[in-house]
Amino acid sequence: MKIHEYQAKEILRTYGVPTPSGEVARTPDEAREVAGRLGGPCMVKAQIHAGGRGKGGGVRKAEDPVMAAELATRMLGMTLVTPQTGPAGRVVRRLLLEETLDIARELYLAVTLDRSSERLTLIASAEGGVEIEKVAAETPEKILKESIDPAVGLSPFQARRLAFGLGLSGPAVKSAVKLMAALVRCAQESDASLVEINPLVVTTGGEVVALDAKMNFDDNALHRHPEIRELRDTDEEDPLEVEASRHGLNYIKLEGNVGCMVNGAGLAMATMDIIKLAGGQPANFLDVGGGASAEQVSNAFKILISDESVKAVLINIFGGILRCDLLAQGVANAVDTAGVEVPVIVRMEGTNVAEGRRILAESKFDFIVAEGMQDAATKAVAAAREQS
Amino acid sequence: MSIFVGPETRLVVQGVTGREGTFHTRQMAEYGTQVVAGVTPGKGGTTHEGVPVFDTMAAAVAATGANVSVIFVPPPFAADAILEAVDAQVGLAVCITEGIPTMEMVRIMPVVRRSATRLIGPNCPGIISPGSAKIGIMPGRIHKPGRVGVISRSGTLTYEAVDQLTRRGIGQSTCIGIGGDPLIGTEFIDALQAFGEDPDTEAVVLIGEIGGNAEEEAAAWIKAHFKKPVVSFIAGQTAPPGRRMGHAGAVISGGKGAAADKMAALAAAGITVVNSPADIGEAVQAVLNSGN
Repeated sequence: MKIHEYQAKEILRTYGVPTPSGEVARTPDEAREVAGRLGGPCMVKAQIHAGGRGKGGGVRKAEDPVMAAELATRMLGMTLVTPQTGPAGRVVRRLLLEETLDIARELYLAVTLDRSSERLTLIASAEGGVEIEKVAAETPEKILKESIDPAVGLSPFQARRLAFGLGLSGPAVKSAVKLMAALVRCAQESDASLVEINPLVVTTGGEVVALDAKMNFDDNALHRHPEIRELRDTDEEDPLEVEASRHGLNYIKLEGNVGCMVNGAGLAMATMDIIKLAGGQPANFLDVGGGASAEQVSNAFKILISDESVKAVLINIFGGILRCDLLAQGVANAVDTAGVEVPVIVRMEGTNVAEGRRILAESKFDFIVAEGMQDAATKAVAAAREQS
Repeated sequence: MSIFVGPETRLVVQGVTGREGTFHTRQMAEYGTQVVAGVTPGKGGTTHEGVPVFDTMAAAVAATGANVSVIFVPPPFAADAILEAVDAQVGLAVCITEGIPTMEMVRIMPVVRRSATRLIGPNCPGIISPGSAKIGIMPGRIHKPGRVGVISRSGTLTYEAVDQLTRRGIGQSTCIGIGGDPLIGTEFIDALQAFGEDPDTEAVVLIGEIGGNAEEEAAAWIKAHFKKPVVSFIAGQTAPPGRRMGHAGAVISGGKGAAADKMAALAAAGITVVNSPADIGEAVQAVLNSGN
């Protein structure tokens, strides 16, 4: 799960990480009030779940409260397109207004999982404010890393090694060491899959401050962090994805026109791949899972066909735990109640497949039956082409 | 004949009285697996699905000589169940549970790595040596005893590949689902090493997916150490970056973990990489024929 910058900063502040003073605003009036409270010029930052906001006009400077309100009027409701949003962009609904700082240096700091060492890793770079992937690709020697022993945590010497490696000196070293320890503790305790400060700035006064903040969380751990789960902003997600998650379904909207319903994540990805190889484009990723009920299957099917770009549906099920008869019943129910205007291609194998095929054959709807994945993909792509 | 599990396997089921545990205990026993014990804290002394139930793993292992455990314990308690299996010193623990927080795995992996217990999973379908032992949730009847090893990060996609093999009359020595989480016990290389040493495995199917770099590491290891033919498919060639594709570990992040990179690395190591998941069986047939 992703959260907004202002939410990440609120969490980080509770761990003692210094951030600029600031408040969130949802209307131009609120923006004026916040700017007034901050006093002096302030930064107005669009809050969307994507980076690169500065490039799309999502970060502006206001000299006074009146200008802050003007900027807010322009920015709230605008569709912000950045390199990370894709061409559709994201609508701005919240702004973060913050005091301005006199910046001497911009650094990079992040905590994330390193799969090879099976540990969290603290990553630092003197090249802050730019994409870390770019730094890693072009100048890997500028990336510093410390591996964190889960039993010990980040040792002070490791933090010092990074601080000196970043070229810090004087009181900034001590501040950075403290901040790094807080960042690691925050990641461990909040089940964050990523905590990223880019840039981490050193002010002309020698203070070390998190100017930006990004946090992602492990979905599998949200059950033990109800306060973090509250921070979910469904406005940032595709409406169909929100609807799917309500039914416990794993659905991701894509650009194509062949809707797919599959059991198992690997098979679902493979089904998308074979659609592409057959000359089509998958409209979505959808894993109905191993323990799906007929009702869940029915809901999944309704979500699929409510996507207007879907011109054909491909159902690919290898029944193991999920029985083919149960799946067929769910699909048949959905077709009966929702009404379906696009061709539906079904490929089923495994547990109770004969019973499943019988249920579909007895339905009033004319399902197209396929043998094997290749046949299914070919038929689905051809059907989608005819419909468009 | 097989790796990790076989006729010698004496299985204990952790979480035996739960819904999943109950269903699969019956399925595994019906397949012919020697299920010798179950563990559910507080239900020791009872019998469930014809299997004696114990309060602790230590008691189960002491009483029955169980040497392999399978874990059907809900996510909040699964990491503890893995530690209990390690403590009871079973040779192999297979964790089926999906949804264990990554930080829990970070915390327990040092203990697992120091121990004598091999961990398969979590978030995996399990392991089967066709004809002798089924430890997990895969449909047993699609398998056939034979000489091809299968290693995969997926569940149903593995069934798809196995089905393609069996339909062509190609049997399997052992099929292992290593799991779709970012942190897993047995990696591709561990399984490859065992298949390399198994005189009854002639060829291996390796099914990977986006995320991490386990496939790249496997490719390098195969090039240096593995003499048997390998056929590979990588799922997620059309997956968008930054999105978690169902499995917690299946995400392209920071420009890393894309299918194209994995396929290129595997091909460069001399491995037969198929673009389509429908071509796995045919490709295995081809490498087996060329060897004869």
